[in-house]
Amino acid sequence: MTTLLITQIVLTLVVFQGLLLSAAAMVWVERRLAALLQQRLGPIRVGWQGLLQPFADVIKLMFKEELRPGSADPLLFALAPIISATAAFAAFAVVPFGASTTFFGLLDKPLLLQVADVNVAVLVIFAIASMGVYGIVLAGWSSNSKYSLLGGLRSSAQMISYELSYGLALASVLLIGNSMSLTELVNGQAGVWFGFIPKWFVFLQPLGFFIFMTAGIAETNRAPFDFPEAEQELVAGYHTEYSSMSFAMFFLAEYINMVTVSAVATDLYLGGWHGPFLPESLGWIWFLIKVGAILFFYVWMRWTLPRYRYDQLMAFGWKVLLPLSMINLLVTAAGVLYFGL
Amino acid sequence: MGSEALAFYAFGAVAIAASLLVIAQRNPIYSVLLLIASFGALSGLYVLLDAPFVAVIQIIVYAGAIMVLFLFVVMLLNAPHEETEYDERVHPLLRPGPMRFGACLALVLAIELWWALARGVDTGAFPGGAVTSVAVIGRSLFTDYAFAFEVTSILILVAMVGAVVLARRDDPRERRKPGER
Repeated sequence: MTTLLITQIVLTLVVFQGLLLSAAAMVWVERRLAALLQQRLGPIRVGWQGLLQPFADVIKLMFKEELRPGSADPLLFALAPIISATAAFAAFAVVPFGASTTFFGLLDKPLLLQVADVNVAVLVIFAIASMGVYGIVLAGWSSNSKYSLLGGLRSSAQMISYELSYGLALASVLLIGNSMSLTELVNGQAGVWFGFIPKWFVFLQPLGFFIFMTAGIAETNRAPFDFPEAEQELVAGYHTEYSSMSFAMFFLAEYINMVTVSAVATDLYLGGWHGPFLPESLGWIWFLIKVGAILFFYVWMRWTLPRYRYDQLMAFGWKVLLPLSMINLLVTAAGVLYFGL
Repeated sequence: MGSEALAFYAFGAVAIAASLLVIAQRNPIYSVLLLIASFGALSGLYVLLDAPFVAVIQIIVYAGAIMVLFLFVVMLLNAPHEETEYDERVHPLLRPGPMRFGACLALVLAIELWWALARGVDTGAFPGGAVTSVAVIGRSLFTDYAFAFEVTSILILVAMVGAVVLARRDDPRERRKPGER
């Protein structure tokens, strides 16, 4: 019992630190990749190839003065970044990132590489994502600034619109995998078809994967859907009035949300930790590679595509993505019912 | 007291306190937030009842839908404090109208509670574990409760149509003939 408790605590700490480090790494990757795509160098001075740049940024942010507008609502202004960051961290708790392992015989019982194995994990992620919106809206409202309020309102309208397609895409995967537990869904993707095509759900659900990724980018407020903080119109959107560490918490939440969406996409569509050449106990390496690939795609998108117009965003969400995901769900349901996919 | 009982009382206390505060303070934004806190505590109670599915649905449907309410408060009311001369002297809950209405509600609630207790609710027959499965909930929803389910969805559809009709601007300057651009 005590070993189980200790391993669980260690696992939780490892996941927490891993998420923090992944956010730091993503900041570096984003800046270097952006520079590469724009034919400049980016941060290369701090540490080897600029690898220590994120840590320099964090130290700078920590020592900055914490400012609060005089007419802001003090309680909600302080609460908003906390809600954002907490929701971002909490969502990853139900994401499995590797097959159960004993760490080469170190433990007497195999440990599932997941903080909490909930049998409705998919819905938990969905629920926590819907709670994260409150952080942004509260930040927008409590700042008592026009830019912040517009950013907050846009963000909530965007998230409400794209959450539907996101949920319907998820439902199609649940139908195929016949489970709501992420671990079971990943294990349903083990093996290959015809000897070489991996049994990933992305091959059964190509449209679903497209919808999931599009809605996921909109949910995480990333370009080309970064309306809540559209620089040219809204200065910095909902976090215009934030400085120092409370700004850093919004920043952190954005990057961790990206990592979480990528990890969920990997688990749902790309076979999680299943892959060739590696034993299953080292499957988490495959998991990291796949998540890295999706994150690279995220950054690539941001520096390649221009931002949509706001009415285009709404029209695309309601008139294209939602009908598509409905059709996808109906076709999937019919397929499962008649062919038993 | 076991840890489960402790959690029950903690969640219960939060739910009751938050619900009371929803109506007891004046800032509509805080009211909405406290309502979310109350729903969150209720969802914790569902987890204690071994019904994680219901708990998560509670968060998604209720706490998530409050988002829209939130937007209405922010956009339409946009008045953090109800400031009239009367308000400054008497708390809204202590005015004669709300007090009479509240007394009626409390009376109804007390009668209902007495009626429920007198009938002796049989808690022993609760099929523990059976309602946790999504499959079981889905099956009973679409077989035993199919009629109620469909009627509810029609009701929601009617409400939606009604909202669209009410919200539509009936301005003759904006009314155009079909085909006209």
